[in-house]
Parts: sequence; C-alpha cells; structure tokens
Amino acid sequence: MTITEIPADMELVYEYPESLTKAYTHYCPGCTHGIIHRLIAEVLDELDVREKTIGIAPVGCSVLAYYYFDVDMAEAAHGRAPAMATGLKRVSPDKVVFTYQGDGDLASIGIAEIVYAANRGEMLTTIFVNNAVYGMTGGQMAPTTLPGQVTTSSPTGRDVETAGFPMKMAELLAVLPGAAYVTRQSALDVPGIRRTKKAIKVAFQTQLAGLGFSMVEIISTCNTNWHMGPLKAIEWAEEHMVAYFPLGDTKVADAVKALRGGK
Amino acid sequence: MAKELIEGNAAIAEAAIRAGVEAFFGYPITPQTEVLEHFSKRLPEEGRVFLQAESEVASINMVYGAACAGARVMTSSSSPGVSLMQEGISYIACSEVPVVVTNIMRGGPGLGNVQPAQGDYFQAVKSAGHGDYHMIALAASSVQEAIDLMVLAFDLADKYRTIVIFIADGAIGQMMEPAEMPPMRPVRSPAERASWALTGAKGREHNIITSLYLGAENLEQVNLRLQAKLKKIAENEVRWKEYSTEDADFLLVAFGTVGRICQTVVREMRAQGMKVGLLRPITLWPFPSARIAELTRRVKGILTVEMNAGQMVEDVRLAVEGACPVRFYGRMGGVIPLPDDIMPELEKLDAEIAGRKEVK
Repeated sequence: MTITEIPADMELVYEYPESLTKAYTHYCPGCTHGIIHRLIAEVLDELDVREKTIGIAPVGCSVLAYYYFDVDMAEAAHGRAPAMATGLKRVSPDKVVFTYQGDGDLASIGIAEIVYAANRGEMLTTIFVNNAVYGMTGGQMAPTTLPGQVTTSSPTGRDVETAGFPMKMAELLAVLPGAAYVTRQSALDVPGIRRTKKAIKVAFQTQLAGLGFSMVEIISTCNTNWHMGPLKAIEWAEEHMVAYFPLGDTKVADAVKALRGGK
Repeated sequence: MAKELIEGNAAIAEAAIRAGVEAFFGYPITPQTEVLEHFSKRLPEEGRVFLQAESEVASINMVYGAACAGARVMTSSSSPGVSLMQEGISYIACSEVPVVVTNIMRGGPGLGNVQPAQGDYFQAVKSAGHGDYHMIALAASSVQEAIDLMVLAFDLADKYRTIVIFIADGAIGQMMEPAEMPPMRPVRSPAERASWALTGAKGREHNIITSLYLGAENLEQVNLRLQAKLKKIAENEVRWKEYSTEDADFLLVAFGTVGRICQTVVREMRAQGMKVGLLRPITLWPFPSARIAELTRRVKGILTVEMNAGQMVEDVRLAVEGACPVRFYGRMGGVIPLPDDIMPELEKLDAEIAGRKEVK
C-alpha cells in the first residue's frame, strides 16, 4: 500500500503516530475502531513507550489490530486477552501491556478473565470498545445490547426477562480493590474523543506508575450492524447507549487522583 | 547429587525449577495439587513467577502469554482441568510458542474420581484441541523418570517451538521414591529471549504472534509447516525402553505405572518358562511404531495393558498391521491392573495362538 507523499511546499498538519503502521484497516466506513486505534497510538507516542509496549488483540472486529499497531502484539483466544496479558506482564514487568477488547469478548465469554485480572490489580491497561453488538459475526445480541434492541439473535428486541440485562462493566469492575482506574468515555463526538484520549493516557500512566489495573470503556457505534448511516448511529448511541451506560469515571484510586492532579 | 526420598508431584515441580522454568500458572485439582503447592513455595524463593489462576482456562492462556514473551513456562493439571485447557493448547500449537503442560491423570470420564488412570491417552496423543497437530507426549513410569522427562520436556519445547505434554497417572504423582535431582540450570535472562518473542519493537519490525490466517492458502501453508515440523519430531524424538525382548515369544506393550507393573510380569512369566518381553513407550507421540513393527517379526503375539478401555492398543495395532495377534487387557475407573490379573491374559494369548496353529 502506498501513502501519498506530502508536497514539499505544504505544511505538515497531520501525520501517522509512530505507534500505528501504515496499513489500511479493514474496518467498515463509519466505524469508531479507527479513531480509538489512533488515540491509543498517540498516547503511546506521547508517553514514549512504543518500543516497550506489547498489545493483545481480541476475537471480534478488532481481531486484526496487530496489523495496525506498530508494537509487538499477540492474538488471543476469544475473551482470554486479560489472562494472556497477565502471563506476559508477569514475566516482563518492565513492559507496557494492553488488551484491546470488544463487548462480546470482554463482557461475555471473557468476563472471568477480565474480572480476575482487575481483581489481582494486574499492571495492565484494557481498552474496552462497547458497541452493543457482536460485529464480526454479523450483529448478534451482545452482553451490552440494550433492552428492546433488535439484533439478528434478538429479532423482536432484547427481552430482559429471558436474556438478562446489559452488563455494566465499568461499574462492575469499579468495586474491585485491584482496579485503580476505571472510566467510561465515548467516541461519538470531538469533545468525547478528546476526553477518551485523556482517559487512555491516564490509564497507561496508571500502569507505568504501578498503581494497578486500568480500563477505559468506550461507547462506540456499529452502523453496519445497527443498519444505520454513521451519523444516525452516533445519534442513536448518544440517545440510547449513553442513557444506559453513563459516561464518567467509576473508579479513580487516590494514587491515580494524585497522578492526574499534576496536570 | 545424592538421591533423596521425594514425592512424584513435588519432584515434577522441582525438576522444572532445576530446568529453568521462569513461571508457573495453575489451578488446584487432585491428584496434581502438590505440583502447584511446591511451585507456590519454591518459585518465589527463587525470585520467579508463581500465580494461582482463576481457572484452567485462564492458566493455559497465562502460559500462552508468558511463552509469547519468550519465557520458559509451564502449567499443570489433572484430567478435567486439562480438558478445560484444550482451547489454549490448540492456539499455542498453531502459534508455535514453547510450552510444557503436565497431566497427572485421574479416573474419568466426567468428574470421575481421583484414582490413577490412563484414560487421557487419546486426548494427549490424538485429540488435543481442535485442528491438525500433535503435542509431544512424554510418559513416565517412576519418579526418577518423571524428573528426567520434565527436563527433556523443556528442551524439546524450545528446540521445536512446540507444546510438550508430560502425562503420568496419579500413582506416579502421589508416590514417594528415592530419586536424584538434576543440577540447577541458570534461568534465561530477558536479554536471552528469542528473536521471535514479544519483547518490544525496539530497532526492529514489530513481532506478531497469532493463530489467525484468513486465506485458505495461507492457512494451508501454516499447516504444511506444522506438519513438516511434526514429521521431523517423529523422525528424531521417538523414545522407549525394552525389557527382555531379545528372545521374547510374547510382547507386552504398556506405559506409565502399568509399564512398570509389566516388568514384574516379565520376570514372573519367565520364571514359569514363558519368554515374555516388554516394550514401554516413553514418547506416546511420536509412538515407537517402527520398533514395534520390527519386533512383530519375532514375537508370536502382543498384549497391550492399559489403565483404560483400550486406547494405546489402537496405535499398537496400527504399528503391527495384522502381522501378529494384538490383544488388550485394561482396568478402568482408577483400578490398577496387577501381575495376577495380567499373567492369565498372557496364558490366554498363548493358548489362542497354539489353538490357531492346531487348526492349521
């Protein structure tokens, strides 16, 4: 793949973060994964940790994330990224280790692994992309699918009587003593994206300072499987998802507050 | 180093420590729990990593992660726990990272019991996880052999970037025997980790460890590479022991605890005038098929003895290819076959073969 050269007489106003490869992503037009990848890459660059960062990709739409981050990466089995990251970090405590996971991966099949990684206070950072649907398999009901939301496996809408309620992961992990920093942000508009980047930075700083487990949940869209245009999907997420999954910090340990206070 | 009286499970853990294991991730389950307990005490003493995971599913994936980092790493479990690890084992096999797993087998299926058994032969040799691959499967029949094989397991795992399973029935894990430990090897330093390992993309392209290959041709190439590696292992790493096979008319084939009991059977039968020999496979995969085939030219018949319903006997039959009768005797549910159970089976085999000759 070729990237167009910048003409010499033009000012450079945008460039790839070093922590991203120049591969084109496979994500659908309108998808928020690309934005989130870039935010992580910018943070890794700003913290100057690219060369000691190791990422774990999930099973789901971001299964190929290892092609997009220019850091060492492994691909986990569905839901097992926090266990893999635990093993990796325990034998490489000087490295920066993160997992990148979707809602089916983290909140359904891998819920034991994420809860225990958080509870042990593993020095890991998890980026949790919540778009309320299984994207890669074609739009089935996810653990975070909203009540009444129509998916290919909840054709009449999620019935909480039979399927239970959407998992509020940021709230769930916040009660664990090992979790130092847990927050829910969004990738739906520019202010939200800026706040998300700040949160990602705090999460990695929490790891670098050895304060415990950190997770940034990011409310995202899946316009393809929601069968909406990208803008309509953002409106839907703002109206419905943010109502169910309130944005903001659910856990900020005192040491993380101190770390953040310096800014 | 002098011999000491040591329990099998503790010996397995200590041998791994001497072999330079950097990290252990595991979950308690009888009859292997002493492996985990020994590591929990000794690894922190040595400044290495011990972690009791939330499940065997997590254990194997922690092992996978640590192996991706280039560390020498293992987990240990018993039958139902190893079943839970099958997913991770398949990913590890495809990713080609070196890992050692031990299975101190108990009675099954299901929750079964905690008595010694060999019902996981198929799982270790033929059906670990999904997809096409084999693990190197090592089986010990004494505490000393368990120690020696644990050291070998790590070396084979590293040499071939493959997964090695050490299997023993619960009797080996639980019994105490005099045995000698190998000297302590130095632990590999982080700087010595392999070039393929995830150590940070400093001054090189980023490393990727994955088992995902979306194109059919791509994945076929990966499989061909795996199969070529397995072929090389099969050619170079077959291990077994023979007892009194030089002049044997009848051959016993047995592994693990039964392999040891069959040594007594050989002595007893020879005292009664029947020329019995024993072949005890040490690598269950790769299986000593060629040697068994060779022995069929001399022996009249083969009796395979196992602590299961007849699993390894299928590989014996494949090796023999009908060249002589192959019979099976086994006990299940944790019952250990004793010489008095096995000897009449050899007499039956003898009578069967003699009868056949009379008919001719």
